[in-house]
Amino acid sequence: MLRSLTFYILIAQRLGIAAVTLVIVSFAVFFATELLPGDVAQVLLGQAATDEAVAGLRQAMGLDQPAIWRFLGWMGGLATGDFGMSYVSNMPVAELIADRLANSLRLAAVTTAISVPLALALGIGAAMWQGSLFDRIVSILTISVISVPEFMVATLAVLVFAVWLGWLPALSYGAETGSIGAMLKAYAMPVITLGFVVSAQMIRMTRAAVIETINTPYVEMALLKGASRRRMVLGHALPNALGPIANAVALSLSYLVGGVIIVETIFNYPGVAKLMVDAVSTRDLPLIQSCAMIFCVSYLLLITIADLTAILSNPRLRR
Amino acid sequence: MTDRLPTNWTSRDDAMVESAIRRGATRHDLLRMLMASGVTLAAGGTLLGSATRAVAATPVSGGSLRAAGWSSSTADTLDPAKGSNTTDYVRACSFYNRLTFLDETGLPQMELAEAVETTDAKTWQIKLKSGVAFHSGKTLDADDVVWSLKRHLDPATGSKVNAIAAQMAEIEAVDPLTVKIVLAEPNADLPTILALHHFMILAAGTTDFTAANGTGAFTCEVFEPGVRSVGAKNPNYFKPEGPYLDSIEFIAISDNNARMNALLSGDIGLAAKMNPRSMRMLDGKPGIANYVTTAGNYTNLNIRLDLEPGAKAGFAEGMKHLINREMIQKSVLRGYADIGNDQPVPTNNRYFNTELEAPAFDPERAKHAFEKAGLLGTEIPMVASDAAASSVDMATIVQQAGAEIGMKLTVDRVPNDGYWSNYWLKAPVHFGHINPRPTPDILFSLLYASDAPWNESQYKSEKFDAMLKEARGLTDEAKRKEIYWDLQAMVSNGAGTIIPAYMGNIDSFTDKLMGMKDNPLGGLMGCAFAEYVWLAA
Repeated sequence: MLRSLTFYILIAQRLGIAAVTLVIVSFAVFFATELLPGDVAQVLLGQAATDEAVAGLRQAMGLDQPAIWRFLGWMGGLATGDFGMSYVSNMPVAELIADRLANSLRLAAVTTAISVPLALALGIGAAMWQGSLFDRIVSILTISVISVPEFMVATLAVLVFAVWLGWLPALSYGAETGSIGAMLKAYAMPVITLGFVVSAQMIRMTRAAVIETINTPYVEMALLKGASRRRMVLGHALPNALGPIANAVALSLSYLVGGVIIVETIFNYPGVAKLMVDAVSTRDLPLIQSCAMIFCVSYLLLITIADLTAILSNPRLRR
Repeated sequence: MTDRLPTNWTSRDDAMVESAIRRGATRHDLLRMLMASGVTLAAGGTLLGSATRAVAATPVSGGSLRAAGWSSSTADTLDPAKGSNTTDYVRACSFYNRLTFLDETGLPQMELAEAVETTDAKTWQIKLKSGVAFHSGKTLDADDVVWSLKRHLDPATGSKVNAIAAQMAEIEAVDPLTVKIVLAEPNADLPTILALHHFMILAAGTTDFTAANGTGAFTCEVFEPGVRSVGAKNPNYFKPEGPYLDSIEFIAISDNNARMNALLSGDIGLAAKMNPRSMRMLDGKPGIANYVTTAGNYTNLNIRLDLEPGAKAGFAEGMKHLINREMIQKSVLRGYADIGNDQPVPTNNRYFNTELEAPAFDPERAKHAFEKAGLLGTEIPMVASDAAASSVDMATIVQQAGAEIGMKLTVDRVPNDGYWSNYWLKAPVHFGHINPRPTPDILFSLLYASDAPWNESQYKSEKFDAMLKEARGLTDEAKRKEIYWDLQAMVSNGAGTIIPAYMGNIDSFTDKLMGMKDNPLGGLMGCAFAEYVWLAA
């Protein structure tokens, strides 16, 4: 009874903190947007922005009331599930985001499904046979992958697989996605590029976390009692390294929602990262805020899942 | 056949030959031109064969094309008044029509209008074609035209051409197929102004721009801002000959390499505005053709005549002879440019003054002029930025030429962000970048009249202002041309704006795509290519 109460209090705390974080981020994004020079009317008019034209357009768009009131109005709307209207395209924000979020999540899901098992296997393997040839090859590869910028990986991949060999389409969006084979083709290059970046981080963190637990006295004790190396690592060390590993995975994956602007640009893939960049360059407040909220929620969600994993895997907290 | 081709023949040379053909060169002229550069007669004939074939071919119908521009965002719009980038203009030209349009020589031709008539350049009668239908089925009439033009005057529209439209003092429907426009001041350029992308004709009362209801060659099937637009052939199009394509999809790939790779791999059929630097990759690739439009955007070196050092007589003159135009054209712009003669009307404009020579690269003469101004040896910064395309490279070339005659010019490289509001028009010696405008009147009024909003060198001349106003109201073409030639000479000699080259815009596409032509409104046939091109079988 007592045990489950502590558990629920912990979860409630996590959720409460998440909600407060969202509000703080929202205000921070609002103030940062206000600091940017120019507003949506000036951006839309560009070189033709004379004073009267800007004033007229502002009035027509309802931008003449103070920004903070518009922002609070938007927050009020959000509480009832309304994301508001985009200033620039005059379309509901929810409609603009819906398709692109689905695209982003699909890409993230495919990348996760491939890179997480791969990264965990390589990371744990490298820790298990620490110092072996396998460990060295994995370490050298991960460091090389981390040091090569992803636009380079992406551009090279396109050059080799699409232009020279002609195996894969150069653009992911708009390519044939009718059959499973065609879909795999379309997603192959973005997923490989993203997989490189996120797996490399996860492999290094996993290896470090497992090695750290291997060096603790209780694991040494297991070894002395005659446990095999595999049993020592998988049975004794790994459960205690799960918390840090889950955090490393969460951090790497959170990048997949909002941080993939380069991959979206090179493969012409319409996701939310590019939407956010567009929104900022046109000072489209409702759209900026909605995108920021989505990034923040996905980040918090992943971190919370990681924390829960850590809590559940920690016998002291479970008790 | 290939063994007779000179090995260093590139698509740039193909483009040069094609451009000469379009400007009316005969086969004999071309062969002479090639022989002068050392091509044998036999090889010359082969080369001309390929270039002339591209210019003259019979259109065929059918096929669909996916084309990619370079910028697209959630600000993409189907409202022609708000259009600001290529994707907007391409959409507007595909889904709507203008009253007039500009042909490859820059002459206004009738589109929705049957005739645009005036006697005094102040009161205009516009007769509309009859039986033109919108995609919704509604028939075009004078009310649609009046409404479409008047909305530019309403600040709530947010029109980009509000300032240009302001001269239309009176717009009214005379009968269902006639519109009368009275201008505040005579302006003989009205037919050209009506050909600007923003003056597309909408159905009266249109407020919903999530889909397009125009009279254009394609109906709007898909419009996703920042993602893609798809048009399908309009079966009821009022022009009997077009369009040839069954459908057109337009997307944007902002990264130059990604756009090039997509073209090379066949994912797209057309890539707009390629960087001259990537032409080495595209040159000589089988199945790829390039088209260079020199519409007249340029990066210029501006010397404010009201500030030191430009205020000293001789400084601007010295700089004009110190800038190596040929080197800028050949190495900075890789040959995809025409040499400029320090005035804003580009070579493909019908008013271009062909007798006005560009100041020669002559360091000795420049040195003499700087000595006269008493500035030899003074350190003078030139403000350049990536915001003004290629300006940093140009500045470096000028700097090196200056160093050889003992002139200490420094390159002051500043960030892109805020360049146009903080440095352009303000610094004593700085670079600017001007986009193409279709008429000398718009260029001169915007850039050189005493009250011009963007008077880059603060050039002031009452004589110039009077002549500009006189030409604006003239309907006599010969007289107009004479005045515009004089104005170009005045600017070239008197103003402090050095225009070393008019840049070319390179569109690359599959060699199956035919029918691409020049246009004074820029690359992609002034964004109207979709209606005119066809795919060879």
